[in-house]
Amino acid sequence: MLDFSSHDVLLVGGGGAGLRAAIAIAETDPKLRVAVVSKVYPMRSHTVSAEGGAAGVIRRDDSLDEHAYDTISGGDWLCDQDDVEAFVKEAPEELLRLEHWGCPWSREADGHIAVRPFGGMKKMRTWFAADKTGFHMLHTLFQTSLKYNAITRYDEFFVTKLLVDDDRVQGVVALELMSGKIQAISAKAVILCTGGCGRVFRFTTNASIKSGDGMALAYRAGAPLKDMEFVQYHPTGLPFTGILITEAARSEGGYLVNKDGYRYLQDYNLGTAQPKPVLRSMELGPRDRLSQAFVKEYERGRTIDGPYGPVVHLDLRHLGEKVICTKLPFVRELCLKYENIDPVNEMVPVRPVVHYMMGGVHTDINGATPLKGLYAAGEVACVSINGANRLGSNSLPELLVFGARAGRAAAMFAAEQILPGRQVRAQALDEEARLEEHFLQEEGGRERVSTIREEMQKTMEESAGIYRSGESLRRGADKLHELQERFRCISLDDRSRTCNTELLSALEVSYMLDVAESMIQCALQRTESRGAHQRTDYPARNDENFLVHSLVSRTQDGAPRVKYLPVSITRWPPGERIYGT
Amino acid sequence: MAEAITLEVTRYHPERDEEPSLQSDEVPLRKEWVVLDALNYVKDKVDGTLSFRWSCRMGICGSCGMMVNGAPKLTCATFLSDYAPGPVRIAPLDNFPVIRDLVVDISDFLIKLSRAKPWLIRKREKPLSEGEYLQTADELDTYKQFSMCINCMLCYAACPVYGLDPLFSGPAAIALAQRYNLDSRDEGSNQRLDILSHSDGIWGCTFVGECTEVCPKNVDPAGAIQQYKLTATKEWMKSFLMPWGGGE
Amino acid sequence: MSSSIQHPPRSYRRRVSTYWWLGRWPYLKFILRELSSISVTWFVVQTLLQISALSRGPTQYMEFEAWLRRPIVLSLNAVSFFFIVFHAVTWFNLAPKAMAIRVGGKRVPSLLIAAPNYLAWLVASVAVAWIVLRG
Repeated sequence: MLDFSSHDVLLVGGGGAGLRAAIAIAETDPKLRVAVVSKVYPMRSHTVSAEGGAAGVIRRDDSLDEHAYDTISGGDWLCDQDDVEAFVKEAPEELLRLEHWGCPWSREADGHIAVRPFGGMKKMRTWFAADKTGFHMLHTLFQTSLKYNAITRYDEFFVTKLLVDDDRVQGVVALELMSGKIQAISAKAVILCTGGCGRVFRFTTNASIKSGDGMALAYRAGAPLKDMEFVQYHPTGLPFTGILITEAARSEGGYLVNKDGYRYLQDYNLGTAQPKPVLRSMELGPRDRLSQAFVKEYERGRTIDGPYGPVVHLDLRHLGEKVICTKLPFVRELCLKYENIDPVNEMVPVRPVVHYMMGGVHTDINGATPLKGLYAAGEVACVSINGANRLGSNSLPELLVFGARAGRAAAMFAAEQILPGRQVRAQALDEEARLEEHFLQEEGGRERVSTIREEMQKTMEESAGIYRSGESLRRGADKLHELQERFRCISLDDRSRTCNTELLSALEVSYMLDVAESMIQCALQRTESRGAHQRTDYPARNDENFLVHSLVSRTQDGAPRVKYLPVSITRWPPGERIYGT
Repeated sequence: MAEAITLEVTRYHPERDEEPSLQSDEVPLRKEWVVLDALNYVKDKVDGTLSFRWSCRMGICGSCGMMVNGAPKLTCATFLSDYAPGPVRIAPLDNFPVIRDLVVDISDFLIKLSRAKPWLIRKREKPLSEGEYLQTADELDTYKQFSMCINCMLCYAACPVYGLDPLFSGPAAIALAQRYNLDSRDEGSNQRLDILSHSDGIWGCTFVGECTEVCPKNVDPAGAIQQYKLTATKEWMKSFLMPWGGGE
Repeated sequence: MSSSIQHPPRSYRRRVSTYWWLGRWPYLKFILRELSSISVTWFVVQTLLQISALSRGPTQYMEFEAWLRRPIVLSLNAVSFFFIVFHAVTWFNLAPKAMAIRVGGKRVPSLLIAAPNYLAWLVASVAVAWIVLRG
């Protein structure tokens, strides 16, 4: 059953970062054979859902330093400042390169690229393609990638294990979802580009495929994860579905109001209510602060009770039909289709929703992890430019900048390596046997995959939400431990090979359980509040002890162990985060 | 409103079945549920063997296209209550080989898409240092509609020509080729001409027009194809009347 | 061009039914539009017969006219006329799709592209009616 193939560089994940890396490798050295292994067809990847835009300095009144400062203060000083400086410098080049590849960026009247304001940004620097920026970026990258002979796609292959031999990653074992065949793919370097893990929570903007695969693969292979306690809640998701209403809705001038029609953000140190949007103020504050304000507003009893819990209202009516249709057509489409609400005439109910992982696989500025031959880029990675809270519109340029960097670095690394040895073959056979025995043959289990998934999601929401405490996190850790035990007793309805989506779900749940444990552990041990990590029992920031990255590794018995790594501070010493002035 | 609705789902397993069969499942009928929610209910609570694709459930990734009561739909954007009192028939997309249950093989489309050269072709690449290619809002507007394709394959399922002749390039691939042809930055329309004006290309289209009707993103592939027929005819006329280079 | 690796399992391909066009109204409408070409052929043949009869002299032409008045021919022509009108209307409505005319950067609305077709049809019909009814 086992098939073997071999490449120079292998990408796990075919979203924005993966495709950008693949193209970077093909352009660095056309002789290298590149494999893109993705569990969905690349154009289905979750980059497609990004709406608002991509930040990159292009206007004369703006500067790289200002973008860096906004990013660093937005990240509550947990960003590595040298990495941020590289990032802001390369972001405009990368966005421009995408323009040269055909990305339909929105334009000014004179034909130049247009930019819009965005949350936490002091200047207008967010490039956009209406409100389907991620969709256009992903399709541009995917369509461009089609022209390179060096790129081989493994569409709908799910990676179950990294092959590590001689302390170096030498390939992957993947399950071809359609046929159920196991494929061992050896490679001189592997880049993880699998995106985030929003699905460990129940209420999330993330697609069903966002199960932290790359994080778990790295973690299991011995590479540490970084800053896993920092989970971004986006302040404006539609209730029930969790569908994202882009920040662009607020940057175009939308208001957030409570049940009295009052723009409540002015009560939370975010500035004063002006009719027009003011940069770094009110509705254009950073996401962590806006989501936290929602919880406080709920505690004061000033939110609106909806059928799916409390909501506030996003009011776009004053923008008028023309602005909504030209700048926010997707917002209107989503509201009409999923809420039966027309934002031209009605207010949109919204509430905070899990959106993004600041943490991820620990990498350096070139995407290299401490494990030789293993790289990571995009949401799966933590460089870190996002610190304790990512600014809206920084993640799209991040996947381009660090996708390209990781691609180039992996290409150079691969050029110096020889092909993997025989050991890798034996490991692949072991992995095939494990999958077969544990999931397709074992009898006597009684746990359903969906039950474990639902309990995990509920646990994470209750123990590691916008506000956490030592008590809630300890409860969460215990429950996750229990779920890990119960997972050993799962029983699949589906024991066949062809397109076994239940097996896929089971493998994803096992990844998510590992990732969730690492998140809880990091959160438990960070006894301070910073950015998106708010401890009710430790409400203040503590630079003395915690101006450090959490590095979490898996110990022999499977339990997570946390160590710390200093933050790189170069030009911007830690200060107070001030918004609204 | 009744509290439950019956789904009639097409099941097929290549390791076991010669032909597809129907399976009926009762699911709760909730106002806010889309067809995809009902399928997930069956998978999670009733029968884990049911196979289908889905991902973003916000109508942008293009994974969850299926036939709902005989019409191609994105199941994440199709409300269950619109089909009350039921039953709701859910089948894999027409015109594609079925791999299992509601999962179809779309690899043929990927090959056709690649052949249409859906990337920007320039005679001379402008260096990044010279900045962006200027493009006015009107120039953007010329191709924008065709760039909205999410590759959901509903148009292929609606196209009888593709059903009868699987060699036909099909609506989405041609619309995406036309998206680049119409882009003011692109200079590759000549390279796409041979592929598009092949008998399996635009001339295969008999203008049924259903591709445009079922498109969830208003891409209008039928329009793209007819417009390109006009362009190809003009090119042919030019090369016929001016063989010394009018075709350029 | 990039390539992909796949080992698709045995799949089931449904055969398209011979009567696929009966399944949905838009398909039936399409087939009717295609079939209307038979009506066009019929009118062309009839016109050629008419010219032929005319060239062979008044008696032959009278016979031809008598043939035209037979109920079977009348009903055939009525059906054909319906199909021709159906063809014209559906075709004119589709014309804007094939013609993306842009004036001053904006696409000309569908209605404005369809309208001249209808107008030309009307003018031609009036002209024919005038020539025929004048006598």
